Amino acid sequence: MKTYTKRNLLPKKSITVFAIIIMVIAFMSFGLKNKSTIITARVENIGKDSIESVAAFMEVYKVLLSPRCMNCHPSGDVPLQGDDSQLHNSLPKRGKDGKGIYAMKCSNCHQSTNLEGLHKPPGHPNWHLPPANMKMVFQGRTPSQLAKQLVNPKTNGNKSLQQLIKHADDGLVKAGWNPGEGRTVPPLSHEAFKKAWITWIEKGAYAPKSK
Amino acid sequence: MITLNVNKKIYNVDVDPDTPLLWVIRDTLGLVGTKYGCGVAQCGACVVHMNGEAVFSCVTKVSTAAGQKVVTIEGLSEKNDHPLQKAWLELDVPQCGYCQAGQIMSAAILLKENKAPTDEDIDAAMSGNLCRCGTYLRIRKAIHLAAEIQRKGGKSQ
Repeated sequence: MKTYTKRNLLPKKSITVFAIIIMVIAFMSFGLKNKSTIITARVENIGKDSIESVAAFMEVYKVLLSPRCMNCHPSGDVPLQGDDSQLHNSLPKRGKDGKGIYAMKCSNCHQSTNLEGLHKPPGHPNWHLPPANMKMVFQGRTPSQLAKQLVNPKTNGNKSLQQLIKHADDGLVKAGWNPGEGRTVPPLSHEAFKKAWITWIEKGAYAPKSK
Repeated sequence: MITLNVNKKIYNVDVDPDTPLLWVIRDTLGLVGTKYGCGVAQCGACVVHMNGEAVFSCVTKVSTAAGQKVVTIEGLSEKNDHPLQKAWLELDVPQCGYCQAGQIMSAAILLKENKAPTDEDIDAAMSGNLCRCGTYLRIRKAIHLAAEIQRKGGKSQ
């Protein structure tokens, strides 16, 4: 005859059975949770396509690394100049707000429109570099680095993906396709660039793999 | 007809709106202290002030200057006693002198925005002004002296 002490109120068999039941319930609940995560992820990913997105970004990348875009997104504090992306003549500095310093502010030479004549200063009413506290460097960035930089609000000028899409029509961005005499335009038309830009973002804003 | 405010005087000039401001200042108004050097914003000889900024007047259309406050070297001070002008005389800065009006106008913006510039500040602020006589070291020294005169209460713009 079995006796039960205070320290051993349940038989060992019963404890084992209870433990198995609890484990089965736990596994089942995990299974359900995983399923719901998958369902949510699938809903979020409707329309996303990493291959199409990355392919579009590689087109975008060609434009962003072309002199018309990269020259004002330099790795240092002096803008670049010309189709050979040499350091800007007179070495103007970025300054806090990206608009130059002292007697060397961008708008002291860059007028609101292009000047007529070969290699004369191109113009836009808001000519500037990115500010010192968020330099948004393009020069020297790999496709992977640049894509990640562009989607992160902490490194892209505090822009959401929707704001990024709109940025393709920013006046200073479009000025790249009206560079003035003696400068080549980016390798894609603005229309083709915008299409690739939006495709990249809408298909998931995926970054190419880093090599 | 374009209305200009140059050195606190109002001028009505009948010129093509695309004419560079430099041409109008020199040829129409007869203020020849501002010099023509390159015509493409590469040398700084043509620097004047427009609304307190150092603009390159050879690439600034006169239509842009309409209704704005323009100051040339002739209007920098009433008695040629701007701290920079005093320092320039004290240290005999110019050699041939051709670039000096532009140099002083650029330096005036620096001193307006930075009362105690370092060598680095001066080099950065003055990098758009060329001097083929190579007076850069005297220019830098004179800007330091002018900053000191200004801090001691010397007249400023």
